[in-house]
Amino acid sequence: MAPLPTFSRRVVLQGAGAIMVSFSLRSLPAGAEEAAPSKLPGSLAVDPHLDAWIRIAPDGGVTVFTGKAELGQGIGTALLQIAAEELGVPVERLTLVTADTGRTANEGYTAGSHSIQDSGGAIRNAAAQLRELLITEAARRLGLPSDQLRAERGKVTAPDGQELPYAELAAGVDMHVAARPRSVFRDPGSFTIMNTPMRRIDIPAKVTGGAAYVQDLRLPDMLHARIVRPPSYRAALKSVDLDAADKMAGVVKVFRDGNFLAVVAEREFQAVKAMRTLAASAEWDETAILPAAGRLADAITALPSRDLYILDRHDGTGQAARTLEATFTRPYQSHGSIGPSCAVAQAVDGSLTVWTHTQGVYPDRAAIAEMLHLPLDKVRCIHVPGSGCYGHNGADDAAADAALIAMAMPGRPVRVQWMREQEHAWEPFGPAMVTKVSASLDAAGRIADWRYEVWSNTHSMRPGAAGSLLAAQHKAESFPVPAAKPLPLPEGGGDRNAIPLYVLPNAAVTYHFLPDMPVRISAMRSLGAYMNIFSIESFMDELAGAAGIDPVTFRLNHLDDARARDVIRLAADRFGWADRGKVVAGRGFGFAFARYKNLAAYCAVAMEIESDTGRVRIKRVVSAVDAGQTVNPDGIRNQIEGAILQSASWTLYESVTFDATRITSVDWATYPILRFRDVPDSVEVHIIDRPGQPFLGAGEAGQGPAAAAVANAIADATGLRLRDLPLNAQKLRKQLREGL
Amino acid sequence: MMDLTVNGTTHAIDADPDTPLLYVLRDHLGLNAAKFGCGLGQCGACTVMVDDRAVLSCVVPIALLAGRRVTTLEGLGTLDQPAPIQQAFIEEQAAQCGYCIAGMMMRAQALLQATPQASDADIRHALEPHLCRCGTHMRILKAVHRAAALMRAHDPVRGAL
Repeated sequence: MAPLPTFSRRVVLQGAGAIMVSFSLRSLPAGAEEAAPSKLPGSLAVDPHLDAWIRIAPDGGVTVFTGKAELGQGIGTALLQIAAEELGVPVERLTLVTADTGRTANEGYTAGSHSIQDSGGAIRNAAAQLRELLITEAARRLGLPSDQLRAERGKVTAPDGQELPYAELAAGVDMHVAARPRSVFRDPGSFTIMNTPMRRIDIPAKVTGGAAYVQDLRLPDMLHARIVRPPSYRAALKSVDLDAADKMAGVVKVFRDGNFLAVVAEREFQAVKAMRTLAASAEWDETAILPAAGRLADAITALPSRDLYILDRHDGTGQAARTLEATFTRPYQSHGSIGPSCAVAQAVDGSLTVWTHTQGVYPDRAAIAEMLHLPLDKVRCIHVPGSGCYGHNGADDAAADAALIAMAMPGRPVRVQWMREQEHAWEPFGPAMVTKVSASLDAAGRIADWRYEVWSNTHSMRPGAAGSLLAAQHKAESFPVPAAKPLPLPEGGGDRNAIPLYVLPNAAVTYHFLPDMPVRISAMRSLGAYMNIFSIESFMDELAGAAGIDPVTFRLNHLDDARARDVIRLAADRFGWADRGKVVAGRGFGFAFARYKNLAAYCAVAMEIESDTGRVRIKRVVSAVDAGQTVNPDGIRNQIEGAILQSASWTLYESVTFDATRITSVDWATYPILRFRDVPDSVEVHIIDRPGQPFLGAGEAGQGPAAAAVANAIADATGLRLRDLPLNAQKLRKQLREGL
Repeated sequence: MMDLTVNGTTHAIDADPDTPLLYVLRDHLGLNAAKFGCGLGQCGACTVMVDDRAVLSCVVPIALLAGRRVTTLEGLGTLDQPAPIQQAFIEEQAAQCGYCIAGMMMRAQALLQATPQASDADIRHALEPHLCRCGTHMRILKAVHRAAALMRAHDPVRGAL
């Protein structure tokens, strides 16, 4: 890779402690958490004790604790890099303990690109303060001033070469102390572990058949369960023959609780066969409650709404010369984990342990305990990685399924594995959305005014309450689905990134929050940001075209955020945007940009596509990202590459389908996604490191820009502006025909 | 009861003949690499090799496998002694969640055993039945190219084919 441009290191010299404090004040979301009296950075506010995050054993082994979960995004490795760098211990000597209600702090959900900011922030501060305590102890023992001592490679070293290993020093240090609000961090210029590409700690097991997933958990005497789900939302069980399944080979129990049906068997495939027999015998009363799929945008905008006026800014300047308007739609979309959800639960002496790939062990525990009427301290949830989830998929529901069944089979562990069609039909989808935008250009080609509206459900129906769980909804003592709430700004939900980062002197943005949820929905990677950025960045290209200004120049003309301008210029430069040449038939270029949540990582994407009779293939992608202080550059690259390809798949192909009663996209044939023949020739990710600056979450930063870059490249290639997701070949061909 | 040869060892398996190979590998033999993804032959996560060909183990009943050699990712190499394909995926960091990866690797192994000089088009074509949801495709392609180079270096005679 060619060297990156250099940036001012002034911020480094200002003193890192002050930067962390300003970061913590700025980055906390609005709401109750912000009002906490503690000014501790990151998740130290959740548990300020240093030993809640890092412990040094008498043998010198160091254990790092995080309440966040490894989802395949690589945070386990990055968190160890942070701890190793600040503490001064080789990474190989560190052990990581992840989300476990019995062992780690309550860091809520692993979501929203928060892990490095929040958990990384806590671990970094804890490591730096522990290092200071160890140095102080060494200074006391050696009778030397602290500032003459160095803490590196697991020991404190004096100028004369005397060494005291951390293991020895730790015996004299009380690590169960509350953190101070400020830490003395190492100078980023001296980093040897952070900002260095590090191989992921979890990959070797994953490529050699090691036990790496909850699906691989095999406890002694474990039983295999399968669920028989209703055929549709709100279906009620009329009749079922429990005996036929019960008599089958290996079947230990056939379980019914209201509309919740399951089989439990000694062997896994015996459970599958019994599930099929039980399902075939079940008769259900179904209700046609789903919206008309053919006119989804009308159905969405017709839902009752609570209108939130999230921006209304007018300075009276700007003379509108011409006005453009557009409507964009997004269907329900699926997380589509390659591995259907799975969980193992075991009830012993009235206490329940659940091994789950949930994104939130504490909220999941609360929901399961409520469902089972157990005290919280009788339920322990332990995170074990699953297949990638990209948000709230079936993980929590599978955990509840296993918990409910395990309580009926005391002593024996019960493993629940969902089937493909269950994951596809029952996971909570990414919500359908509609946006409308109109804007005026002045005579000079600047945006004189901007009006934007977004219609959306909430983007989180995650547990915390039992009613979020399918098992709790379906059992005889049915728990109602909790009322939906809009997620508060500045992070937002349906309105995430609905307020453009661009300089717009006259702008109004309205969020039509839709409390009714005809289709089961919840959080999907980047929440509303995907659709809002797709809409805003598509429309920016339309405006640029109307103004006769290059799309990259047009964006820069409306941005005063220096870091935003830097990623845009870097992506454009590395792509060769200015020299991209004249458009030839079927070939097009697209560009898009956003700062995720307007407060996390900056990301710009430039793309070249080719389109042949409607089929679109992305040829080349160049992106630039600014995630603040870089921890693992290869981790960021891997996440952004993945975000771009996943978002391209959502954008080009994906739509949940349903009839009046049932979800009909129930497998990979009915819900097609990206395949290798459509994979680009190359995807480049360029990182702008910001030494000493706060970490900015990057995991979801690519979703919106990639989507809009695809749409803009299609418009460039074909002259057709597609605004109704997905931008698939069928729609493109239809428009091509009608356009001719 | 039937005999099934997996990674060079013959096991007596007590399962119905219609049991898909995947369930026997995972549940009876305790192997982790082959994954349940769809049970429908649509995603490739369960891919293993039977004799020298990549097959979808979720849709192949064990009744068809008498006298055949089944190879899973565990049979190619270990943490301490990784096979070229494993080394290549580690070096390229070609995984995010990694759930689809074992299947991809077995497909690539079968391809490269038959076609050591596989082209980029050959690799993409071979991997077409496989789905990755994390969007790790670029790294997977790079890893398969790297594996091909490593395998040719290990076996220069076949590598010239």
